[in-house]
Amino acid sequence: MKTFYWLVKREFWEHRGGFFWAPIITGGIFLLLNIMGIITAEVLGARHGINFGASGGLQRVISEMDAGDLSKVGFALDVAMYSAMGLLIVVLGFVVFFYCLGALYDDRRDRSILFWKSLPVSDASTVLSKVFSATVLAPIVAVLVGIVVGMLQLLILAITLSFHGVNVWEMLVLAHPFRVMFNLIGYIPLYVLWALPAVGWLLLCSAWARSKPFLWAVALPVASGLLVSWFGLMGLFNLPTSWFWSNVVQRGLLSVFPGTGSLFGADGESMASHITNSPGTDFMNLSNTWQLLASPNLWIGVVVGAALLAGAIWFRRWRDDS
Amino acid sequence: MSAVITASGLTKQYKSTLALDNASFRIEPGRIVGLIGPNGAGKTTALKAILGLTDFRGELSVLGFDPRKQRDRLMGDVCFIADVAVLPRWIKVSQAVDFVANVHPRFDRAKCEAFLARTKLQPDQRVRQMSKGMIVQLHLALVMAIDARLLILDEPTLGLDILYRKQFYQSLLEDYFDENKTIIVTTHQVEEVEHILTDLMFIRDGKIVLDADMEAVGERYIEVMVNADKAEGARALNPLDERQVFGKSIFLFDGANRAMLEQLGETRRPSISDLFVATMKGTYA
Repeated sequence: MKTFYWLVKREFWEHRGGFFWAPIITGGIFLLLNIMGIITAEVLGARHGINFGASGGLQRVISEMDAGDLSKVGFALDVAMYSAMGLLIVVLGFVVFFYCLGALYDDRRDRSILFWKSLPVSDASTVLSKVFSATVLAPIVAVLVGIVVGMLQLLILAITLSFHGVNVWEMLVLAHPFRVMFNLIGYIPLYVLWALPAVGWLLLCSAWARSKPFLWAVALPVASGLLVSWFGLMGLFNLPTSWFWSNVVQRGLLSVFPGTGSLFGADGESMASHITNSPGTDFMNLSNTWQLLASPNLWIGVVVGAALLAGAIWFRRWRDDS
Repeated sequence: MSAVITASGLTKQYKSTLALDNASFRIEPGRIVGLIGPNGAGKTTALKAILGLTDFRGELSVLGFDPRKQRDRLMGDVCFIADVAVLPRWIKVSQAVDFVANVHPRFDRAKCEAFLARTKLQPDQRVRQMSKGMIVQLHLALVMAIDARLLILDEPTLGLDILYRKQFYQSLLEDYFDENKTIIVTTHQVEEVEHILTDLMFIRDGKIVLDADMEAVGERYIEVMVNADKAEGARALNPLDERQVFGKSIFLFDGANRAMLEQLGETRRPSISDLFVATMKGTYA
């Protein structure tokens, strides 16, 4: 257990840029863009003599809202908080993708694998520490940064509105920052499971490729997808060609992007129906997102991912090219 | 005490070349063994087999473990310095010490820090900011603080200047080596390890061609400096090698009668490098 902790810590040391600075910088840029947008809007508004809500009209609108309207305002504020997470999620996806591709390859290339392998650490725990760093450590840091950025975003929004005569604190009470935090953190276990086949595939390529792991990792599934499309092989199983693309190529490569499980998993439809049927409510609600656990797509992916990881461990043990 | 390493019939095939060809040897504890051979003779392959880094055919037992199956446990008792470039470039001195201290059960932090205090290395310094010599100092500090039973050095001083090279072997002898430890070293700078070795192994084309302790080498191989007039007589005794220096001939004999050689001229123990050159004649031909 202690060894595992230090193995993960080592990953954090090595990839501090991707795991720690990338989300912070992204969050900073997100806030900066927001502030710039607000300033532009204010300047334009002032130039054209529009002062939104100056007469206290906006405040009056809010005070006349009923409970349903208020909850919608709260939801809008929550969405503002989630939106901060949106950009971070894309960045996280890229970080995890390239981290996995390099995790078992870079140290073979610079031969530092010989140093790591001179220590009494099993190859299984090395590989698993990298899986943990990719699927747990990196998302936790991103979510924490996302929460802070989301809070700042709310604060900026509230302060801006306060210039227009809207009471800041009254507004913030309408939002549910703790529920948003809870939902985001609660999504991480789903991400671990959903990302497993992609993480497994990327780590396998990373442990196996003698050079250019990126090319192998992307070219193999895409080329086989093209072959399948070309020859219409899926017809043999009475499946459309798109089945291969969405269940093999996309699952094997893009599942490292958080949220793809909820968009493309079996409950993708239920997610969409939730948004259309009850708009203005919390679509990130765990009772909603966790329905993904009922999807065979998820669990088949977990099994395939475990097999790919076993392969990665085997190659880590026996690949002999240093 | 039983042998540290016993190998029999060690064979490793890389595609078309045979890196190890039915090699058998035995290494006792408390020895410093030089594994010497030309480029591509199989030295590194032999070390990788011992470390469980490669698959092979044949029997091999290292400290009672099978390196293929029990590698994780074996590495608790074995240390390894490949060559100078293998410490990860991003790591800081303090991180390297912290990491090894926490994953290696036999690491003595105080010893490591005492050794580092004698160098110019700073805790915040990264490997990428260090010279080759400093990297080796760091690696050596880490390894010397581990109470291992077997230390394997593969070209440890490659590319270092003479100060670092001398210091490296001196530290090993003074602060590390004792009768419970065994060191195996491969190097091309034979002259530098000559005086610290207790055993000598020559490897050529995957075969062990010489395996003896240094005393036996001194008894078996004799070099004679012969004046030109007696050279014919020396040649008749079937020497391994002959070379000319300042008008005299130097002959190298394997297992010849010492008294007889002394009549021909001045005898002495050959240097390892001369012995090596004589033994490996024709390797690249």
